Amino acid sequence: MSNDSTKFTRLPESDADREASERATREEVLDFWDERFGVPPETFDDYTFWERGKGKLWIYRGEPPSPVDVEALGMTFLRTRQEHWKPTLEAVQRFGEHASECVIHLSEGEAEAFVAGYDQELDWDGDWGYLVVTHDLAGRQEPVGVGLYVYGELRSQVPKGRRRELGE
Amino acid sequence: MEPPERYRPIVDDFEAFRAACERPLPSAIRVNTIKASVAEVRAALDEADIAYEPVDWHEELFVLPDTSPGANWPYFHGWIHGQEEVSAVPAAVLDPQPGERVWDACAAPGSKATQLAALMDDRGEVVATDNNLGRISALRTNTERLGATSIAVTHEDARNHSLKPFGGAEYDRALVDVPCSCEGTIRKNPDAFEEWSMSHVRGISGVQKDILERAVQATKAGGTVVYSTCTFAPEENEAVLDHVLEREDCALVDFDLALDHREGVTEWQDDEFDPSVRKAKRIYPHFNDTGGFFCAKLEVAQ
Repeated sequence: MSNDSTKFTRLPESDADREASERATREEVLDFWDERFGVPPETFDDYTFWERGKGKLWIYRGEPPSPVDVEALGMTFLRTRQEHWKPTLEAVQRFGEHASECVIHLSEGEAEAFVAGYDQELDWDGDWGYLVVTHDLAGRQEPVGVGLYVYGELRSQVPKGRRRELGE
Repeated sequence: MEPPERYRPIVDDFEAFRAACERPLPSAIRVNTIKASVAEVRAALDEADIAYEPVDWHEELFVLPDTSPGANWPYFHGWIHGQEEVSAVPAAVLDPQPGERVWDACAAPGSKATQLAALMDDRGEVVATDNNLGRISALRTNTERLGATSIAVTHEDARNHSLKPFGGAEYDRALVDVPCSCEGTIRKNPDAFEEWSMSHVRGISGVQKDILERAVQATKAGGTVVYSTCTFAPEENEAVLDHVLEREDCALVDFDLALDHREGVTEWQDDEFDPSVRKAKRIYPHFNDTGGFFCAKLEVAQ
């Protein structure tokens, strides 16, 4: 089972270490989370970042040799190699609590509609683009997933397989 | 002779055992401590109006008397995972520590692999192996929803597990929850006894022996291996331990388990097993209102 579709390559630290010109660097990934969402770079100190295929990034707590030929390494994390980088729902659920910018907080009904996959007209006076969507759960402001805010509308980015009807 | 009748000689209160096998199993959940605390899950279940009952031997498990997990907020956030009580036993017995390297030899669909990651505070490395791509896809869905970042998934036959992708290092611990004849899941799968055959038990027992041997070989000297099945058949339980004790340098060790259980059997039909197989634990459905289970803890020789 050694084919490239299962080969994970660790991201280079910075531009100076870059071999594949299209591949994101660790520095760029940390900058993205910091600049877009205000997530402090040290949040990811214990993690390594990996690419498999074109632009699908994974986050892993261990340090295997690179490249490594396995089926999965930690969690999917970020889509690069497109105009706007897009975090995965899983990455936002796991690390979105550290976000301080581009976070939109929804009421219970709005959050239920978001998880069911509906787009909603909502007020937002920040940057357009991908937002961390949160709601209240058990006393926490808990990240639900990623929304795309454009033209006065929050578009649900919950993948079809994860959508749920959570309302009564 | 077929189950459950074949176990009459080794099961206390056989009629209660047989009756329990016919009762459906309540649904249970495990708190995913990677994402939330037990108190937060209690609060989230309260907010969602979902009834839950604590399980006295394990504070991270709850029985849901009225519902199955799935369409509710704590599930969507990956705060909880549907997992039967006895299925939570082997990872708890393995007791992995943060920062260790652990192998889960037959890992899909991932309830135990994600439990191992949670027990390790999601720090270290859990190599989760399965030989079936369809089941690996279920395993990946679970690791993602539960937010585990310390699990690496490999697609291979556990009998030929390679240490190469990870630089050749041996594991601190290994969990060997093997494919089995699944008699212990009769309360969940009423077909389990219908699909049972002695030739399947004999065939799968060979696979179990080879997987457990590979796990002992892949674990460091002084390291821990836990062997478990969801079946009652001594051919798949004590006989497998007996075989590996003879072939590999390892020993069974004692462990505590707060669920009511019986010790491993040293005699079955015409066979006699190493007396130390008594240290293994047999969990029957009528003891704790759970599924059936078998669990043993081994130490690799120094």
